[in-house]
Amino acid sequence: MSVAPAEVERPETGEKAVPDLPWVTIVWNDPVNLMSYVTYVFQTVFGYAKPKAEKLMLDVHHKGKAVVSAGAREAMERDAETLHGYGLWATISHDS
Amino acid sequence: MTDEDGSDQGSLEELMAGFRATSGGATARFGAAQATILRDLVGQIAELISEDWPGAAGPGAGERGWPDNGPAGPDDLAAMIGLTDNAKLPDDPVLARLLPDAYRDDPEASEEFRRYTEQGLRSGKVAAAQTVLATLPAGGGRVRLSGPEAQAWLRALNDVRLALGVRLEVTDDFDNRVEEIAPDDPRAAYIDVYHWLAFLQETLVRALS
Repeated sequence: MSVAPAEVERPETGEKAVPDLPWVTIVWNDPVNLMSYVTYVFQTVFGYAKPKAEKLMLDVHHKGKAVVSAGAREAMERDAETLHGYGLWATISHDS
Repeated sequence: MTDEDGSDQGSLEELMAGFRATSGGATARFGAAQATILRDLVGQIAELISEDWPGAAGPGAGERGWPDNGPAGPDDLAAMIGLTDNAKLPDDPVLARLLPDAYRDDPEASEEFRRYTEQGLRSGKVAAAQTVLATLPAGGGRVRLSGPEAQAWLRALNDVRLALGVRLEVTDDFDNRVEEIAPDDPRAAYIDVYHWLAFLQETLVRALS
């Protein structure tokens, strides 16, 4: 890290001044995946406690989908990739 | 009663019990017929996932090293860092379910994602299938899994169930529709297998939880 000399004018609108808007990973309901397995995957992949993992699983089951993680786009892509590895139907979208 | 290490097939009770927890892993006993069916299905998935896969093309692919071949061409390089030319959702509905699009309404972003991740996803699934084939004796018997092996089994069992689910056209009301499938329907034989695999996976989840 370095500090700019005081006499240098800083641009008013730095590109990094505004943090990236959060992206989300969504898991969709499917008729094959077991409820116990989906809960287990949420616990394993995200380290969620069982009650939270179970609540998300039930949201997927009853509402058809659930947001399982949120953050930078790259992180969401990693989550989706991991969930695809477990056979869950995950997509990424912009939380707008 | 049967000995844990015997080559006998175990009691019917044992064969229907599924997995139970061990310290750090899980264990189950498989009958010869069960082992044959499971090995066959897991092998089919591995084959399906390996087909039409640029990264796996040709004999010895994957062992292709830098020293033997001299400087790698662009294709070798792409394969090495896990890039895929084929960035479209697979036509085969089973493959499309196992390797889904990551963006619902953005085909371009989906293709970009696929380009960078599909090879890794495919090799992970093939490796999980190979773990099952390596730990499940062809003639059946006792299977003892370490933690990582059990994880691979979970994923491989799930992939087989997803594939069967697509082929059997499983929906949320599948249990109601099962009765409508005629006994001579080629799908009928796989319905019992599908239910057995669900049970097996359920016991494995429980053993690891």
